[in-house]
Amino acid sequence: MAKLRGTGMSAVNYPTGMNLGGDPSQALIHATTSGSFVVSLSATDLGQGLRTVIGQIAAEALGVRMEDVVIDTADTDTGPHDMGTFASRATHRVGNAVMAAAQEAREALLDVAEDELEAARSDLEFDGQGNILVRGAPDRSLKVADIAAAAQFKYGKTIAGRGVYMKPRSPVDPETGAMDPDSTEAHACTVAEVEVDTETGEVTVLSIRSAYEVGRQINPALVKGQIVGGAWMGMSHALYETTAPYYPDPDHNPKDFSEYLMPGAYEMPEIDCVVLEYPSSNGPYGVKGVGEMTANAPIPAIVNAIYHATGLRIDELPVTPELILRGLDAKERAASVASAADTTATTGS
Amino acid sequence: MSPALNVVGRSVPRSDGIGHVTGRTQFATDHSFPGMLHLKIVRSPVHHARIRRIDLSEAERVPGFVCALTHADVPHNVYTILGLIGVEPEEEFVLAEDRARYKGEPIAAIVAESEEAALDAVARVKLDLEELPAVFDVEEALKPGAPIVTHWGNNTFMYEGHPCRRVRFGDVEEAFARADHIVEGVYNTKPIEQAPIETTGCIAVPEANGRYTVYTNTQAVYFSLDNTSIILQIPGNRLHFVGGTVGGGFGGKVDVIVEPLATLAAMKTNRPVKYAYSRSEEMQVSSTRSAWRIYVKDGVMRDGRIIARKVTSYADSGAYSRQTPYALTKHAANASGPYAIPNVSIDAYCVYTNRVPSSAMRGFGITMASFALEVQMDKIAEVAGLDPWSIRFINAYRDGDIKPHRKVVEDATLIETMQAAAALVGQDLPAEFRAMTSARRSEGGA
Repeated sequence: MAKLRGTGMSAVNYPTGMNLGGDPSQALIHATTSGSFVVSLSATDLGQGLRTVIGQIAAEALGVRMEDVVIDTADTDTGPHDMGTFASRATHRVGNAVMAAAQEAREALLDVAEDELEAARSDLEFDGQGNILVRGAPDRSLKVADIAAAAQFKYGKTIAGRGVYMKPRSPVDPETGAMDPDSTEAHACTVAEVEVDTETGEVTVLSIRSAYEVGRQINPALVKGQIVGGAWMGMSHALYETTAPYYPDPDHNPKDFSEYLMPGAYEMPEIDCVVLEYPSSNGPYGVKGVGEMTANAPIPAIVNAIYHATGLRIDELPVTPELILRGLDAKERAASVASAADTTATTGS
Repeated sequence: MSPALNVVGRSVPRSDGIGHVTGRTQFATDHSFPGMLHLKIVRSPVHHARIRRIDLSEAERVPGFVCALTHADVPHNVYTILGLIGVEPEEEFVLAEDRARYKGEPIAAIVAESEEAALDAVARVKLDLEELPAVFDVEEALKPGAPIVTHWGNNTFMYEGHPCRRVRFGDVEEAFARADHIVEGVYNTKPIEQAPIETTGCIAVPEANGRYTVYTNTQAVYFSLDNTSIILQIPGNRLHFVGGTVGGGFGGKVDVIVEPLATLAAMKTNRPVKYAYSRSEEMQVSSTRSAWRIYVKDGVMRDGRIIARKVTSYADSGAYSRQTPYALTKHAANASGPYAIPNVSIDAYCVYTNRVPSSAMRGFGITMASFALEVQMDKIAEVAGLDPWSIRFINAYRDGDIKPHRKVVEDATLIETMQAAAALVGQDLPAEFRAMTSARRSEGGA
């Protein structure tokens, strides 16, 4: 009995967006009298931080401070249509819609700023801190809030913008499968290290180290959160989870978290990552998307590491201790048959 | 790259973090309303059965019982969630009519004053069922004589006349014939639950103006609203869906299961109605990630180049297809992996069985393809006498390559990503792989 160590790797791509397109997202932006910008959406934050990321995109595109942006979302009475939060689409699709809306709102703001500052549009710039400056004339700046108030009370104008993003629907050729199934592709390469206990069949994941290429990161901490969380989920898929442990037998379904096993904090390995940024041509600021893909590369990397450690080619998930022990037994039997055959051959010669 | 970004690219603290860790975030079913009723479901206790009779008489006598709903109460009882984007045919029963097709399928809904009363009444509903033969394996389901799950006579979703989503690129058989090695594998995965911390649920509230406000943790408020409007045959302007922070989705909250029945019950009773899954319902009757069986056959040359790949995949959709047909299309578009393979043939089947329906989950159609293909890549490396890194560099796709589904690759960075991973783990790469780039082959990306 031994504890065997091994290393395995995998490399994957992942497409962004509902694969056949035709999945619009809309955004509306308007300024309040105090210079807040309300971004109205109906996209849902699943806990991944969509509100935060969209707030960053809106602030950047409007040229205002994060704290001046209010995200109002997931309400069908106030938010314009959105297809939904899935398919690694939200940051890409909603972000693009928000950028378009911000552009329109920004132009409306600049129209008023031209009059208020008595300056040509080409001389106006946002400092990102809540002010509009006149290039070369530092004393002639105005607060965005004051311009927004003037727009409404002095000029009777709205500061507002509309945005929509939709990749047109792509039909599939039913004979050849010709189609346009993604907006952009992100990539990952994962190296996993495992230790296999040949007595208990247990696999301990020692480390999951990955490189990700996800286009521009809007919020690196949230990207890393996806990568760490996804590594956990991939490890869980590889070694623990199923609702039908004896599939295709439909019975013995777990009913709660005491029967549906997943790794806990104690089982979490070292997780390390580097993130490369090759901006996409069609995402907001070059975003590709990182939502779904992070669970994918760890699974085959772990399974390949088990092979490297034990010589067992596993072709099913999850890789339970039972599967490992049966595999090791079969391997041992095959080896003893082979060695008996060798002995026979040697004796016979 | 613009040098002057203020906030994009910064790790701004997430806006909902403090609310989550201090327990102040309001989730959809945290709302409570005076007079709120509770809805619980009578489910099929067997995998496949003809429903002869539903006897509600004892359930109706439970103190606190308010009403029961059966298929006859649902205006448009047979629907397909992807009908909104033109997917046909309508196939799923909101409440089962003459047949239950999986264990746990909703047969009736009980609405009561309390959760306890609703559960008590559910337990007292008597079902007269005639159990039917059931099928649980994707390939068994395709054999002649297999029990038929669907209401149209075969166990596959039909893609424009084909029983599978097909991709045909080049000539795999010709390439297999001249390949130096043939490498074959079959990969099996089991169903997986999205397992969000917050179970699926909603509260439907009748408003004084005749509208219904539905507080829901759906991943897609309009998708849920539009499907509810179809199922209940009421105009969308009478529905107001309010989402918010969702306690984990992972694809498990893209189906539209709770909102139509809760809203129907609110319409019938003119009172707020809550329908939220228990943990065991979330585990046992909510959609799972499909189980997959994936056959891969590769033709490989002595130098490690893959010249042909044939993939036959079966996703176990369970009794209804929900989002699975779409997952198979995404799978088919990605089943050759991030590699440049000149001859590819893919058949991806969405198969019906008498199992809890599967649907969307993180990695939709691709997670299990990545598992199969990346284990297969290691097998190929071994047969070709190469290491796992080399086999992937040799076959990696580049910008300008044409994928089997005829799309020109525009943003390949597999090579750069592998180089970065190698650096991260201290893996030495030969000079030729260190110098490789994803640039177009015609532009020096040799």
